[in-house]
Amino acid sequence: MIEVNELTYQVGNRYLLQNLSFRAEAGELLAILGANGAGKSTLMKLLCRELHPSSGEIYLRGKNLKSYKLPELARIRAVLAQQNTISISFIVNELVMMGRYPHFEQHPVGRDYEVVKIAMEETGIMHLSGRNYNTLSGGEQQRVQLARVLAQVYDCPDACLLLDEPTNGLDLQYQQQIMELARNLANRGYCVICILHDINFASRFADQIMMIKSGKKIAAGTPLQVISCENIHQTFNVNVKLMPCEGYSCPLVIPATIQI
Amino acid sequence: MIKRTAPVLIFLTVLLLGIIILSSCIGAVKISVPELLSIVGHHTGLSDGGGFKAQQSAVLMNIRLPRVMLGVLIGAGLGISGAAIQGLFRNPLAEPGLIGISSGAILFAVLMIVMQLSFFKFLSNAIGFYALSIASFTGACITTVIVYRISIRNGKTDVTTLLLSGIAINALAGALTGMLTYIATDEQLRTITFWSLGSLGGASWETITGILPFILIPVAVLPFLAKSLNAMALGDAQALHMGIDVKMVKRIIIVMATIAVGASVSVAGTIGFIGLIIPHTMRMIFSADHRLVLPGSALLGASLLSLADLIARTAFAPAELPIGILTALIGTPVFLYIIITERNKRRL
Repeated sequence: MIEVNELTYQVGNRYLLQNLSFRAEAGELLAILGANGAGKSTLMKLLCRELHPSSGEIYLRGKNLKSYKLPELARIRAVLAQQNTISISFIVNELVMMGRYPHFEQHPVGRDYEVVKIAMEETGIMHLSGRNYNTLSGGEQQRVQLARVLAQVYDCPDACLLLDEPTNGLDLQYQQQIMELARNLANRGYCVICILHDINFASRFADQIMMIKSGKKIAAGTPLQVISCENIHQTFNVNVKLMPCEGYSCPLVIPATIQI
Repeated sequence: MIKRTAPVLIFLTVLLLGIIILSSCIGAVKISVPELLSIVGHHTGLSDGGGFKAQQSAVLMNIRLPRVMLGVLIGAGLGISGAAIQGLFRNPLAEPGLIGISSGAILFAVLMIVMQLSFFKFLSNAIGFYALSIASFTGACITTVIVYRISIRNGKTDVTTLLLSGIAINALAGALTGMLTYIATDEQLRTITFWSLGSLGGASWETITGILPFILIPVAVLPFLAKSLNAMALGDAQALHMGIDVKMVKRIIIVMATIAVGASVSVAGTIGFIGLIIPHTMRMIFSADHRLVLPGSALLGASLLSLADLIARTAFAPAELPIGILTALIGTPVFLYIIITERNKRRL
């Protein structure tokens, strides 16, 4: 689905990403973990073609990312960016309809209205439909943006979704809702790549985890393979303890200094 | 969304037609609506004349109608370019007059006239009335690019920088224009002072044909960028993710919006605040969707400027009020209102 080969991105002499290779399949949720400044956002920008790699290639559905035309790309991959402030007051359903922009010329047709409705139902924002986006809470805004992103690729059941810290700044309930949605989308066949900060969330929801530090891959694999004290120490430079938890295959990660 | 856009646009079109008829009828020489219709019918060959005086016909066809038409064209041009520029800068305060685009246009026009540049003479000989429009378009375009480069950082407008650079450019262009007026001849001087006031008094069929393409093309093209402008309101990156060629869209908007501003300035001088009030009113009353705001601003701008010109030439008849005074009278309170609401929004 997405295949990244020897990806390198450098600014001057500094390598922000170095020889990074990985793949993510359709139906899979790949979580990317790393400390601040590890190169996660740079990787995301490369994946959504905001930046162009210094060397190495990104393949989407077997075709080089750079050979896609912009509208064509927009129909098979959607991006939820980290910052989503908007300058003009839009009504929620207008904003979700923007996700359909790659699909119609000037005015939406029946199918577009249909998809917008489904996307809003799936993200649970139907009741916000007539509200002004700028008056919503952070969690509501994030779900509206997710509905827009979903509407963009709804017709393509094995599209690629790139989520840059989708749970950033949200309370526990919204974090969980967003991650459950992402999980459901992956179960339906989407390829979801998601930057996360919370290791426990990652191991709970992701099929694969990749840890990066200073633009290099530290570890990659299933949560069970990757979550270890050494890997986490290497990636985040903190000591942690692992604690098995009933009903979860993967142990919970707890800061080592906390006494239980 | 078409369900909501169409009735609003139809309403605005009817409003504009009504104001055109009203402005054509009222003035020193009164013309009634049936008389107006028979004059127009006579000139278009639809009816065989009669029912009006020769004087009425002469006044309407040579003086009043060109002036009304000029008001419509310039109002439409300023309205739609104001809306497009606000979309481009992602800020409701970006207005051609405030951020220096109009004064850049004036500077270039004055430069061409006073300096008697040989290139301009060549241009005038080659394309006639269009030369002045092209000169002021060049000025408008250069200032827009400068202001945009200065005030946009990381895809976001820094409002303080935007307005301050506007002040700076206005001051600079004002100083240069002042310097040029100092060395201008009497005849040139008269042409120049006319710009600083803003007036539709120079209307003739010649000026109309001179600016017609420069207004009609932006009015026809800009609405096609409405979707892209909506997406760009979410951010440049987001628009790119939605498959929009952001760079290209920006270039087209700058060229189209400044063509309209340049053409307006070249025949009517700076008429402030139209580009500010009109899009703002559209957003406040109807919707922020650019698919409505862009064409709607053209229609509403045309209506408002024709109405303002009607008041300007009849309120203190036979004296004529400079139209810039009227638009400023309506515009300044709106401007202050936007500043206050912006401030309150930031406080939240």
